[in-house]
Amino acid sequence: MALLECKHLYKNFGDRQILTDINLAIPEGKIIGLLGKNGTGKSTLIKLINDLLTPSEGEVLVKGLPVGVESKEIIAYLPERTYLDKSMTVNQVIQFFADFYRNFDSEKARKLLADLDLDPTQKLNKMSKGMQEKVQLVLVMSRKADLYILDEPLGGVDPATRDYILDTILTNFNEGASVIISTHLIQDIERILDEVIFIDKGKIICHEECDTLREREGGSIDAIFRRMFKC
Amino acid sequence: MQFENNIPIYIQLVEAMKLQIIAGRLKPGDRIPSVRELALMHKVNPNTMQKALSELEELELIYTERTNGKFVTADETLIAKFKKDYADALAEKFLASMAAIGFNREAAATYIREER
Repeated sequence: MALLECKHLYKNFGDRQILTDINLAIPEGKIIGLLGKNGTGKSTLIKLINDLLTPSEGEVLVKGLPVGVESKEIIAYLPERTYLDKSMTVNQVIQFFADFYRNFDSEKARKLLADLDLDPTQKLNKMSKGMQEKVQLVLVMSRKADLYILDEPLGGVDPATRDYILDTILTNFNEGASVIISTHLIQDIERILDEVIFIDKGKIICHEECDTLREREGGSIDAIFRRMFKC
Repeated sequence: MQFENNIPIYIQLVEAMKLQIIAGRLKPGDRIPSVRELALMHKVNPNTMQKALSELEELELIYTERTNGKFVTADETLIAKFKKDYADALAEKFLASMAAIGFNREAAATYIREER
């Protein structure tokens, strides 16, 4: 049984069709890149998987069951934008997460924050955008989830920190868990990906193993993406 | 290690480990770290590391001892053969570059021997 399955998934807002017939099966133990240009439906798909939007047609199954309260325990989701109360200190947010999620490991969060030189007594609104993003990522990666979904985890951070974040993702997800990363910073992440999904105008146009794609097309995922999506 | 994005990463890992074996940094019969440790070391996905190890196993440069882990082959003749192939490839590459600037094989050899 696939960890995550999307079956004939459609989403439209009014008469604007955002996603068209998305079919997807994500197995355990894979890191998958969800790649596409801006405004092609990546975040909409992610929101459907997280039960934050309702499909117009089709269904999303997590471990064989329709999404709902149970799937929120299985999936650790890093949204594009923060939803945390920024007047809280990092310590308070850790407590908040510990109260909210049974599978949250506070010890691990504190360790990762220390590695990143983040001060747990600091308030979020006193931190830079990049620092806030790091805190969010640490919180998400400190949950013992089966599926991590990271929507643009690298957007606001410097290249050195990007590398650290990728290593954090690589070394901190549960064995047997899968990770879906949406981004357009392909070059930075391709070394850690197993598979890529290219999405364009609301459709999946390619879902393949990275090394197979590199071998067949003779180039980096970044180059293949640029070629496929040439404006 | 630094990866080229345009070559499959497992192939680059195979080459890197092959080099460690023929250079003697990994000795015949040495135990190699677990997939997960190696993946952390090289900062790659464990699945990619697994694929590289399977490839090395296919080449018989490493073998699995059930329950004990993976080891570098003890077959030194085989390692010597890979070393020769590697040296051949390096030499070919050098000769091709020399040919491009007008040295034939003989002239390239003379250059190496005498003119440096």
